[in-house]
Amino acid sequence: MTQTAIAASEVKPRRLPRETAVSALGLLLVAAVVVWVLYEAIKSPQEFASLIVAGAGNGALYALIALGYTMVYGIIELINFSHGDLFMLATVLSGIICVSLFNVDSFGFGAVGAVALALLISMAAAALVNVAAERVAYRRLRRAPKLAPLITAVGLSFMYQWFGQRQFMTGSAPKQWSTMFGDDGFNIGDVRVPYTTVTVIAITIPLLLLMVYIVQRTRAGKAMRAVAQDQDAARLMGIDVDRTITFVFALGGGLAGAAGLLYLQSVGTSNYNLGFRLGLIAFTAAVLGGIGNLQGAVLGGFLLGILSSLNDGMLLGQQWSMTVVFTVLILLMVFKPEGILGSPTTEKV
Amino acid sequence: MSTTTPAAPPVVKPPAPKTSFASRFGWPLGFLILAIVVFSFNQWILPETNGDFRTGYNNWLPMTAVNEAVIWAIFALGLNIVVGYSGLLDLGYVAFWGIGGYVAGWLMAPFANQVTPAWANLSVNIFGHPLPGQDRGIHINFWLVLIIAALVCALAGVIIGAPTLRLKSDYLALVTLGFGEILPEVFRNGEHVGPDGKWNITNGTKGITGIDQIPTGPFQLIPGVPATIGTFDLTFKFIVFAFLLAVAMFVSLRIREGRLGRAWLAIREDELAASMMGVPLMRIKLSAYAVGAAFGGIGGVCYATHVGGVLADRFNFSVSITLLAMVVLGGMGNVWGVTVGALVLAWINSTGLAQLGNVWNDATGSNVNFASHNFLIFGAVLVLFMLFRREGLIPETRTKQVLQEPERGEIESLGAEMEGTAENTAAEGTKK
Repeated sequence: MTQTAIAASEVKPRRLPRETAVSALGLLLVAAVVVWVLYEAIKSPQEFASLIVAGAGNGALYALIALGYTMVYGIIELINFSHGDLFMLATVLSGIICVSLFNVDSFGFGAVGAVALALLISMAAAALVNVAAERVAYRRLRRAPKLAPLITAVGLSFMYQWFGQRQFMTGSAPKQWSTMFGDDGFNIGDVRVPYTTVTVIAITIPLLLLMVYIVQRTRAGKAMRAVAQDQDAARLMGIDVDRTITFVFALGGGLAGAAGLLYLQSVGTSNYNLGFRLGLIAFTAAVLGGIGNLQGAVLGGFLLGILSSLNDGMLLGQQWSMTVVFTVLILLMVFKPEGILGSPTTEKV
Repeated sequence: MSTTTPAAPPVVKPPAPKTSFASRFGWPLGFLILAIVVFSFNQWILPETNGDFRTGYNNWLPMTAVNEAVIWAIFALGLNIVVGYSGLLDLGYVAFWGIGGYVAGWLMAPFANQVTPAWANLSVNIFGHPLPGQDRGIHINFWLVLIIAALVCALAGVIIGAPTLRLKSDYLALVTLGFGEILPEVFRNGEHVGPDGKWNITNGTKGITGIDQIPTGPFQLIPGVPATIGTFDLTFKFIVFAFLLAVAMFVSLRIREGRLGRAWLAIREDELAASMMGVPLMRIKLSAYAVGAAFGGIGGVCYATHVGGVLADRFNFSVSITLLAMVVLGGMGNVWGVTVGALVLAWINSTGLAQLGNVWNDATGSNVNFASHNFLIFGAVLVLFMLFRREGLIPETRTKQVLQEPERGEIESLGAEMEGTAENTAAEGTKK
């Protein structure tokens, strides 16, 4: 890259009045949302708290899917549209293992073992599918114009949906599955906390920490960061670019697999077109936090989960939830396209 | 005297014009002849044939499917301006279909009476041709509504595009996708909005019915042409839709040759270089959005008259993707390719797949429900085309060069990043 010519100009450009106005307007919007949230919190604290809990549970799931998106985007700048549908396949697979194979319908020693096994299998399977997709399709398109891999991802997403539609998977209608915890939970004061929420959060956070560790502390992570910055330079430094990208796809797929199992255990239904909706929400979460930034994806997931849960309960109602999510996305694009934690110079992955 | 006359300069034959008659007029003439054949066959010959042939023909190529395919082609041409000409990925084109449809629903149906109680007795008729007994509400002439819808959609396109066109292409795709999701949700839930939920702007999932008829104007003087094209005058509707498709093609082809079209192609191929050459990026991109959206508005009105109503459930993401597939498979940027791709895919979606499946099942004695595999077929076709024939079935020469030739790595190794990273490096430079 022609760094020198540009780096020489160290004078900070004056902020245009328009930019100042835009950021002021953005801050005003954020302030309005915060005031509204506080107002609702003071008006009916109990309902508010239970909505927060429900939102955090959903948010953790969004965060897990968003992590997969953000890692793949971070390394090859591909919006992997099929990621949401991979997640959908993982929900069905984990349902088949847990319910059809081991009959998990209540909490117990065997059930925990079965769910843990299902977690491992669905993570491995999703990772395998993702790696295969990279191998067969994306790798050949790495140097093609951006439209090509994006449309390929859409095509793959259709193929996954077709597979999910088969009768032995989830069929073309939503399917109910029994889950380990059901609706069980415990109370803190008047607020009911389902066990599933606790479980989901308890699995999401360690996975995030693991990902951060892999990316920032290990050799493979260093290779990822190098490939994300400049593939050709990384190759010159002796990094196996193909293997690094494959590894990232495997990690992303594994996260989608984990999210699939957790979604099934906390919601208990599967549907072949589930992945599209959740994938979109998760991608919005990834952008919200700053795409390519791991902590940002998790933060974005939680924020979006809580926001849409507050909307469902207190603002416009569930039928408008996609509108709220996408309004957030569009406002974000206008006011802060780099996301909350991302900055224009942030290192990718 | 050596007055040899200077040798006459060698006669330079002017180079033969690059475009022969066939290549210039082949496609338009083909389209015209095809349209005439389809019309006259369905209008005069088919009713005379025997029952078996007619049933068989109508199973394979019913007139409604043909009309619908023509409308799809109008949409595909609109999307082609955004995606094919300007290289801006739009994943929410269905929004314009919806807006066009609801413009028709408001201005060409009795629905306006239900919007708010204060309008219950509203009755406006500007050259409108309401269905019998449904002459309340607003009724504006079909041809005027086409123009209004085109303008409204162009405005919507500018509103959608304005905040996002400064962004990198991925983000643009995502934001258009967001609009494509928000608007259908507004259509679905628009029954009780505004203060106290008193306004009914879309009639919710019930949709709007009773869309006006298409007037034929001076053409009704021709014997046999009805004064208004009702619900079942499918062949005359075909003429109207095919005419609009021809207009869309003509506009696409002519704009492409002009200043605006060349600016679109320039930003598609290299945004940075185009802006260096003095192409005002924002204005040109916005105009691409506006023109593409205007086509969508025209198509939306056509579709509303085609089905005689507007249904909110029709507008979902798969429509946007199908349109994108039509553009990509037909040949991005090539008007004829996109038209052929749209007609073929629309036919496959409506009747072709099921009919081909029946033939397959009869021939092999198997029992495969082909329609249930459309996800696999669509997905596999998209992936295979992207892998092996990225420029589409009937490629445009320029697109072919862009999509097939450049090895990005080669150019990058010379020191230039192709896609939008220039801003990043600039920002990095100022941070130091």
